Amino acid sequence: MSSAASPAKIELRNVKKRFGPKVVLDGLNLTIPRGQSLVIIGGSGTGKSVTIKCVLGILKPDAGEIFVDGEEVTGLRGRARDTFLRKFGMLFQGAALFDSMTVWENVAFGLIQGRGVAKKQARDIAFETLAKVGLTADVGELYPSELSGGMQKRVGLARAIAADPEIIFFDEPTTGLDPIMSDVINDLIIATRAAGTTALSITHDLTSARKIADQIAMLYKGKIIWQGPTSEIDHSGNPYVDQFIHGRAVGPIKMEVKA
Amino acid sequence: MNFFAHVGRATLGLLREVGRLSVFTGDAVSSFVRPPIYWSLILKQIMRIGYFSLPVVGLTAFFTGAALALQIYMGTARFGAEQFVPTVVLIGILRELGPVIAGLMVAGRVAAAIAAELGTMRVTEQIDALTTLATRPIKYLVVPRLLAALISMPILVAIADAVGVFGGYIAATKSLGFTGSIYLSTTMQALTYQDVMSGLIKAVVFGFLIALMGTYNGFNSRGGAQGVGAATTNAVVSSSILILAANYILTYIFNFFNF
Repeated sequence: MSSAASPAKIELRNVKKRFGPKVVLDGLNLTIPRGQSLVIIGGSGTGKSVTIKCVLGILKPDAGEIFVDGEEVTGLRGRARDTFLRKFGMLFQGAALFDSMTVWENVAFGLIQGRGVAKKQARDIAFETLAKVGLTADVGELYPSELSGGMQKRVGLARAIAADPEIIFFDEPTTGLDPIMSDVINDLIIATRAAGTTALSITHDLTSARKIADQIAMLYKGKIIWQGPTSEIDHSGNPYVDQFIHGRAVGPIKMEVKA
Repeated sequence: MNFFAHVGRATLGLLREVGRLSVFTGDAVSSFVRPPIYWSLILKQIMRIGYFSLPVVGLTAFFTGAALALQIYMGTARFGAEQFVPTVVLIGILRELGPVIAGLMVAGRVAAAIAAELGTMRVTEQIDALTTLATRPIKYLVVPRLLAALISMPILVAIADAVGVFGGYIAATKSLGFTGSIYLSTTMQALTYQDVMSGLIKAVVFGFLIALMGTYNGFNSRGGAQGVGAATTNAVVSSSILILAANYILTYIFNFFNF
């Protein structure tokens, strides 16, 4: 990528979002360097998913700017937005597979509908991608409801990477999986990033975060309160981060029982 | 909380809902003709909305027409005006009961199914997944259903008209002692272009309302199984009310222009 005016692939500046009286993002600043894997950690309901949805334009921030490849993207519409979205792939928390389609049709969907690839070619790519995530060809003909949670996640991953996106989002990639399947998914995430894609993940699974992240950022009360290389997470000197990574109930973070 | 706050909140809520629905409708209608047009999806929806509604619409139209003939006979016999039964049955079915009965039955079947399907896709993030696969959800999910309803409803109503008049014919000849050939020739003489067209225009409007309420409520459903249930109920209730209200307004307009 030679057109690197700035080294940042994604940059969020002072992004604010609230739902009614509830402020979710309160001036969030975050930079994701090109080709790196950044993991946002933070408690439930701190706005991690909202951050990703703002970047994708599924939610519109109330204020602030979001840059992808140096281009401001919050106002994109029509064709420009279609082009912009082709840069992305996303693995959803619940996999979000289309239950009316077979596994291979799910994986080929972005190629056929989003990018106009011919059906036969898309089918070949879909089966290749399924093989990459360790699923055999016969799985491709099944429906998502016939698969276990771990297999659905793998299909979701295959769907996210099938079109070779520049940027991949992982929303709680290991939540709800057993520790071994979690590690399988972590390995697959690392493997899919070999080509130099930029990755943004959100998780509260620290084992996973340590494994897949180049950098970790902690989100608390709508702001990034700490960001640094994965190796420094254990000596961040930040009491909030310390409390979170050690999982202590007592500390500066007060659990808000009432949402 | 005081009285004015309640009134204010209800008013603002209503305006917000009307605004949101207007934006949604505008989005959907303006996407009708813009490529890509998903022909295969439109055909599939015509099958689901139109073809599979045939039995229920046909049966209800038959019994409505038959009951209508009996009622009108009861009414007209008081004045010795039984000979008007075929004509009144014809006008009642074509202008009023054909479109309304078909509309309400399709509202119950189709608006509910659409809302439940899209609502489930919303809460399981399948609609967001479409966006991340560079496919516009409005184009892919809403437009095919709207177009299919616009195409299917007039055809369904035309069939309901024929079956309803046939139901009247059966009741009149089997229970009321009408001679079949006279009943039919009276019906044919009374048949006018305006009676047929006004019913079909109503059908188009009802089809639009059904698909719009189904997709809108499904698209905006929130919060899991309960939210999907609420969306489904709202879709059926709101489309039924809108059909009856639109029916009155259209009838008024047709009368005004002597159509």
